[in-house]
Amino acid sequence: MLKVHRDICGYCGCCVSVCPEGALELIDAYLSVEKNCTSCGICAKVCPLGALEVVNEK
Amino acid sequence: MKNKYDVLIIGGGPAGALAGRTAAEKGLSACIVEKRPAIGAPVRCAEGIGQEALHEFIDPDPRWISAEMQGAGIVAPDGFLMKLESEMAGGKVGYVLDRKFFDRELVWKAAEAGADVAVKSRAAAPIMEDGVLKGAKIEYCGKVTNVRADVVIAADGVESKFSKWCGIDTTVPVREIMSSVQYVMADIDIDQHSTIFYLGNDVAPEGYLWIFPKGHRTANVGIGISGKKSGQGHRAKDYLDRFVKKTFPNGKTIEYIPGGVSVCRPLDCTVADNFLITGDAARVVDPLTGGGIYNAMYTGRLAAEVAADCISKGDTSKKALMVYDKTWRASKMGKAIERNYHIKEYLIKQPDAKLNEIIHSVSKMNLKEFSTISLIKEIIRVNPKLVLELGALAASLR
Repeated sequence: MLKVHRDICGYCGCCVSVCPEGALELIDAYLSVEKNCTSCGICAKVCPLGALEVVNEK
Repeated sequence: MKNKYDVLIIGGGPAGALAGRTAAEKGLSACIVEKRPAIGAPVRCAEGIGQEALHEFIDPDPRWISAEMQGAGIVAPDGFLMKLESEMAGGKVGYVLDRKFFDRELVWKAAEAGADVAVKSRAAAPIMEDGVLKGAKIEYCGKVTNVRADVVIAADGVESKFSKWCGIDTTVPVREIMSSVQYVMADIDIDQHSTIFYLGNDVAPEGYLWIFPKGHRTANVGIGISGKKSGQGHRAKDYLDRFVKKTFPNGKTIEYIPGGVSVCRPLDCTVADNFLITGDAARVVDPLTGGGIYNAMYTGRLAAEVAADCISKGDTSKKALMVYDKTWRASKMGKAIERNYHIKEYLIKQPDAKLNEIIHSVSKMNLKEFSTISLIKEIIRVNPKLVLELGALAASLR
């Protein structure tokens, strides 16, 4: 699943623009992740700060 | 905020503000909804704009101009500096704005013209009836209001969602998002009247690093790299921190600004029934420079002009609104985007040695017209063999 490191996120919306599923939304200073996120990791790659991480569910 | 407007505008940046102002001036009822609690903040921009581009929309005012630019410099991968100066001695070529106040001024002008403005108000979903857009559900402090409109204008920026909800794919390809970070720095040694661009695969892969002065010993110092080149340990922030540590070790960062800038082609179509898409949301950023302020203001104003005309004729179908799409594509802006897209695609494929060669070929340039295109033309003039490499594109540059 996609983990948002909220202490690192600068809520800029860079990730929202590349999400192929439309699963991310920037609501002012809060990045929202919808259920249709496929954990593809594209957002984690482009994040300028490294605030997003795909972690394995256990 | 009322329950019905002629035009509802999603987003209170330069595109939305010009759309709202123009719609109101045309006698339409209009409302700008901005999801953030303040217009203009947080800034997501390097704040540069050309002199003529700005003057087309508003007279400069010291309240929202941080600094006036008289020239520019391009630093090659090997460190060589090429200076660009205007042939007009001491001439102003551009401005670095203070977007917090600039955006407020634009929205204030829209409000003064008669547009309603609602902040901390988020478009949470479109209102669709029989597959046609009829307005938006606007969320404000936990309460959702249905706001109907004859025409909705999306001006919701790089993180735009509204068009996607209306079935239009706005996804930016990974290789064409500029993953960006900028620091507003104080107490640094800079030339306060010149913008500086650093190129090179070690400095900013498939992008560039910039210093845009904001005044005496202060500047926007930022970087954009291709999303393709970004990853753990080599993100935009990593590159910028390395540059800052080396170049401005004693500088102080007074603002921390991440961001994303699209450098893809614009959307295939920027209209639908009762719907127009403008600015960064339409992906009309200049793909070579990453500049988007002028393009946002231009498309915002044009969208409202076309909306007003179509509303007066009682037809706001996609077919009628297509005038907007056709007009901006045929405009100077539309042609510049297409041309600069090709130049960008050429430049990002060049190794550092080639960039060095191109930049070394001209040590100092005096440009009659201070623009990206005159720079490119001059570079081609002194590097005739580039004509062959650029192929068909070269013909359009002569």
